[in-house]
Amino acid sequence: MREEDPLAPQDPPPEPPTAAPATPRRSDHHPLNWLLVVPVVVPLLTLLFNHDGPRIGGFPAFYWMQFAFIPLGVLCTAAVYQATKRRKEDDR
Amino acid sequence: MKDHMTEFVVFAVLFVLVSGMGFVAARWRRPESMHSLDEWGLGGRSFGSWITWFLIGGDLYTAYTFVAVPALVFGAGAAGFYAVPYTIVVYPLVFLVLIRLWSVSHRHGFVTPADFVRARFGSPALAAVVAVTGIVATMPYIALQLVGIESVLKAMGVNGHWPILIAFGILAAYTYQSGLRAPALIAFVKDALIYIVIIVAVLYIPSKVGGWGNIFDTAQAKFAKTPAPSDGVLLDGTNQLNYAMLALGSALALFLYPHSITGVLASKNRDVIKRNMAALPAYSFVLGLIALLGYMAIAGGVKPLTSGGKPDTNTVVPVLFDKMFPDWFAGVAFAAVGIGALVPAAIMSIAAANLFTRNIYKEFFHKDATDKQEAVVSKLVSLLVKVGAVVCILALDPEFSIDLQLIGGVIILQTLPAVGLGLVTNWFHRGGLIAGWVAGMAAGLWMLYEIPNPAKGKEHFGGSAYKLSELGLDTKMTVYVGILALLVNLVVAVAVSLILKAAGLEDGEDATAPDDYTADEGDPKVRDLEFSSST
Repeated sequence: MREEDPLAPQDPPPEPPTAAPATPRRSDHHPLNWLLVVPVVVPLLTLLFNHDGPRIGGFPAFYWMQFAFIPLGVLCTAAVYQATKRRKEDDR
Repeated sequence: MKDHMTEFVVFAVLFVLVSGMGFVAARWRRPESMHSLDEWGLGGRSFGSWITWFLIGGDLYTAYTFVAVPALVFGAGAAGFYAVPYTIVVYPLVFLVLIRLWSVSHRHGFVTPADFVRARFGSPALAAVVAVTGIVATMPYIALQLVGIESVLKAMGVNGHWPILIAFGILAAYTYQSGLRAPALIAFVKDALIYIVIIVAVLYIPSKVGGWGNIFDTAQAKFAKTPAPSDGVLLDGTNQLNYAMLALGSALALFLYPHSITGVLASKNRDVIKRNMAALPAYSFVLGLIALLGYMAIAGGVKPLTSGGKPDTNTVVPVLFDKMFPDWFAGVAFAAVGIGALVPAAIMSIAAANLFTRNIYKEFFHKDATDKQEAVVSKLVSLLVKVGAVVCILALDPEFSIDLQLIGGVIILQTLPAVGLGLVTNWFHRGGLIAGWVAGMAAGLWMLYEIPNPAKGKEHFGGSAYKLSELGLDTKMTVYVGILALLVNLVVAVAVSLILKAAGLEDGEDATAPDDYTADEGDPKVRDLEFSSST
């Protein structure tokens, strides 16, 4: 249906029209999506970080470890974003 | 107040400056017409990555958070730090679901989560339930933003309610005029101020109170002297499970709140949302540092101000700033909190107004309302919502608003099966979802009612940590009420759905197609498709 829509002529198809299937079905499935499980589970495992030592810069492990989970979360989500973002698009 | 003149002048100047921006915002990225909810309530669904980052960040990390989280850490220690795992877990948790919500809303022109539920399960009644839940959960949240401003004013020695009335009057006026563009523009200033204040605070204050090691040791020494068993700079055996479940439950609830969804739907495509899921944790870092202000206050010997004879721990951070910073910078810090209240309060009132307009007014009173009528109703309701919030604060004990906020988190979770799981599957029967909601609400409210808080001398609504021993389990552990209520909700929703399906009772029709959930910017919308097929 999408190719025949007369209201979107300004939107060039990403591939030559002949190569495109009749109904391009996108999917959100991607093996790297499993990475998202890591930052959902790890920060909830209190046994991992509910300790005073070792301290870093005066911070008990309880605090510096949880701060360290922030970059862990960023890395995982950023990796999934990079793997699944729309190609050849600049939306800024 | 005379001792605080410099602070107050800096605070007032910044506040007025930002309010001016709110009015100018109507002309920012000027639309052809503001007479539709897409423009007034969603900023034209056109925001790119940066604006969305500031908008959602300004929306989720509210003034109340900045005041209440350190107050909690000041009072209870490690348990208050749950805000950090909560805001780490939330983004990967909702990553895949939010892009589906954006797509289906883009395709069908949904403005609210209840719009989606109505189409997905073919049930105006279920949509109304979701809408009312959203409005009820949001109202006390707006009221608590006032608590944030009030705590700052108290620290400057300004008492009485008139400054709050003025502040909210200004807020109401520019939200009415500029819609979502106002908080989007103000969010830049708000977040910049917050970042500056916090970075200065964590570099400067520890050096005045003997360094980080001393801060944690002093806090531990204080907690060791209190009679309460489970406070301290670490968790103990009884509250670890609650800590994790409170973080998880809060994370599940966050993007069910209508104001968070408003921020998401205002972005212009899926990649903007994905990029933001990776970038928003920058605020979690700041939030963690803000939480630690609670310990700095302990080490700095801060005594919270009293109101009505009771210590008001919400004043801990403002008093700390007042004590540690030079006057002019304390003024900047207070302005950051004050302006920090304006952004979420504006977005929340817009979201609540949209829910009323789309899922109650249009659904039940004026079926063929035009876009313009929708916008007019929403603008008026946004004013009403703010009046309601002010009345909440003036007429009721602020303590009551805090109770309502606690309840709000639990009840908004009860929309998860319809909104959250609904984005993944349409398996549930609409009757099952309503039955689950009723059961979850009843269970949640009952458990909250049963929880006492001896420290505050309260018999009911004393917190959200439910003792598992009450359920007959042989343990001292506690669990967040929201999660338990959600479990009840899910079990009932599944059971009743199975029964209704087996009985062959007619289910609502799903108006969405699988492809709708992966649509992106540039793809045709349903309105356009109907138009093209009829020509």
